[in-house]
Amino acid sequence: MVIEANAREKPSFAVIDAIVHKHNIEPGAVIPVLQEIQDTYGYVPPVAIQRIADNMNVPVSEVFGIVTFYAQFRLQPLGKNLIKVCHGTACHLCGAEMVAERLAQVTGAKEGETSQDGRFTIERVACLGCCSLAPCVMVNGETHGRLTPEAVDKIVAQIRKQEVPVSVG
Amino acid sequence: MERDESWLIKVGLASCGVAAGGRKVYDALSTQLQDKGLDVKLKQTGCMGMCYNEVLVEVSSPQKGRTFYGRVTPEKVDRIVNEHLIGGKPVTEWTIPDREINSFLAKQKRIVLRNCGTIDPEAINDYLAADGYKAIDKVLRSMSPQEVISEVTNSGLRGRGGAGFPTGIKWGFARKSPERQKYIICNADEGDPGAFMDRSVLESDPHSVIEGMLIAGYAVGASEGYIYVRAEYPLAVQRLEVALAQARQAGFIGDSILGYDFDFDIKIRQGAGAFVCGEETALIMSIEGRRGMPRFRPPFPAQSGLWGKPTTINNVETLANVPWIIRHGAETYSNYGTEKSKGTKVFALAGKVARGGLIEVPMGITLREIVFDIGGGTSTGLEFKAIQIGGPSGGVIPASLADTPVDYESVTSTGAIMGSGGLIVMDESSCMIDIAKFFLDFTQAESCGKCTFCRVGTLRMLEVLQRITEGNGKEGDIELLEELARNVKRASLCGLGQTAPNPVLTTIKYFRDEYEAHIYEKKCPAKKCHALITFEIIPEKCPGCGLCAKYCPTEAISGEKKKPYVIDNEKCVRCGLCMKVCRLDAISVH
Repeated sequence: MVIEANAREKPSFAVIDAIVHKHNIEPGAVIPVLQEIQDTYGYVPPVAIQRIADNMNVPVSEVFGIVTFYAQFRLQPLGKNLIKVCHGTACHLCGAEMVAERLAQVTGAKEGETSQDGRFTIERVACLGCCSLAPCVMVNGETHGRLTPEAVDKIVAQIRKQEVPVSVG
Repeated sequence: MERDESWLIKVGLASCGVAAGGRKVYDALSTQLQDKGLDVKLKQTGCMGMCYNEVLVEVSSPQKGRTFYGRVTPEKVDRIVNEHLIGGKPVTEWTIPDREINSFLAKQKRIVLRNCGTIDPEAINDYLAADGYKAIDKVLRSMSPQEVISEVTNSGLRGRGGAGFPTGIKWGFARKSPERQKYIICNADEGDPGAFMDRSVLESDPHSVIEGMLIAGYAVGASEGYIYVRAEYPLAVQRLEVALAQARQAGFIGDSILGYDFDFDIKIRQGAGAFVCGEETALIMSIEGRRGMPRFRPPFPAQSGLWGKPTTINNVETLANVPWIIRHGAETYSNYGTEKSKGTKVFALAGKVARGGLIEVPMGITLREIVFDIGGGTSTGLEFKAIQIGGPSGGVIPASLADTPVDYESVTSTGAIMGSGGLIVMDESSCMIDIAKFFLDFTQAESCGKCTFCRVGTLRMLEVLQRITEGNGKEGDIELLEELARNVKRASLCGLGQTAPNPVLTTIKYFRDEYEAHIYEKKCPAKKCHALITFEIIPEKCPGCGLCAKYCPTEAISGEKKKPYVIDNEKCVRCGLCMKVCRLDAISVH
């Protein structure tokens, strides 16, 4: 589902080409190129995959293979706010499922989904490395730890109040 | 106002500190000091280790020594400034007692973490003041590459990424290659869930890793290095970039370093989220811009690695040890540790432990000392049940074996592995089948798919575990798991598949009765597995506040205000939210 509200910017060949040229001075640049494309658009637009392949002289299948191999890359646009739910070992033991459950309730988006209103994308991540503050989530690049169901409510309420812009990672 | 004190305030601003609100505390302090016109030095530092107490603030002066404040919030700053800095009296209700600090630190030896939590990671002068870049200076001035390799070999340093291969010998292999172009790679793709050692070192003391790479480069004859760091660690990436720029400007990176005939440059490559890229051949594929899939060895990277050239791959912690070893000598280093495992090991202590954090201990210390003396026992007050070491490749060691010394051989003999340093403490409420399933779920998803047994075998194992936790386990399931595990281990090309069954095998080995309880009695002794438990409201304790009903996702809880509520077990999904929000412990689980 493409959500109008999240389309920050329409992918343009000029931007994609500039990113390719910036990195293409050294071998093995496909991944850094894709990373910057995602930084720019919040996801890897299908049109970019074709363009990168043409520009860098690699088969489309290879670029697509890289995009689907690495967990970092998304093929879907993001909601306005990105919440990454940590499912590391410590968080698992300390209630990550409970955090995900509550987030789904209050945002309307389950893990891996974007809410109907386009406000929230919830992602499941392996480990944020803040294990001593478990359970934790990362909201628009900022980590919140020692979560309880009440704390989850507060975080979401705060976002709804501020509607901070997304910083992508 | 007393003016004879020269106060220094440090705020721990590694990711954990930032996550706990460290930046806001730092800003509040900065504003207060400015408003009050106090001549106090305020600086950021990295991870102080006592992560359970974040946000940590250290207030010190030459006259009065050091005081640590734990769990500082911006609201607390006012009193700390007024009473401590101006009044000269620490706010004792918020300080961390010396006794606690001493017991946390007494059994630690900080070599890798020597500068963590003391220097500003974004200030090269701080690193220089702590004898930084003196090791590379010594190496270039007075040692031949062979001497450097001998020194590292004699120190007994072994790879801290998990496998424990002797570092000096690894360098020797690459040194021997006649190729002109060689590479050093720093493996900072710390993908194990529950591990944050490398992140903390990179965020707290990036220059020590850079200096280690320079020394490695000189030893093997390489002129280029890559740091392969997870994109999930934005702060580590940022501090590395700052450190590299500073080191370049100061002449520690580039051509003719310090005026000697040695060129070395370092680039950062960000991993894109694939656990298997921690495996060295997969990591190389990823830097080359391909899918990170391991390949058969030999040839080993020391002969043919990045772009087909000889490549040495060392872990962050391994490299951070190197400058210390060069400065203090191999013998001093090898005084720590056991006969076969020298030096120290950094661990990320987390889970159900009272004092979780980043610790560094001499090899040979027992798990019991780590959990109880350093970690302060369990955080829940429940009995200590087991410790998980080595992440998804490691295993679970039961409390009965808590006197196992931490060294490569002893840990391996339990069926676990040393791994990179994740230590997760588990108490009675942790289900061993659930934890085995958790890790297998992870490795199964992260399998690159190249080897059939790793790709399909782990999935079959996961399905068996799934049905056991759902109450559908059958007779013979344990044996089936063991057989699959053996085959996955044997028929996988890389470390991921070869070690993926370890969490399952060790939990079967030490907690077979728990598997049997799930299969035959349809019970989860730890009361964790959703299908095997029910929640109930204890009427005598329930005041009828309705909070649980408000949080219940399936509207399974109903009742009248001020009267005991009830849970409808048909609708209940056993998420446990009600139990978590109930303030009166009025909900029990069977």
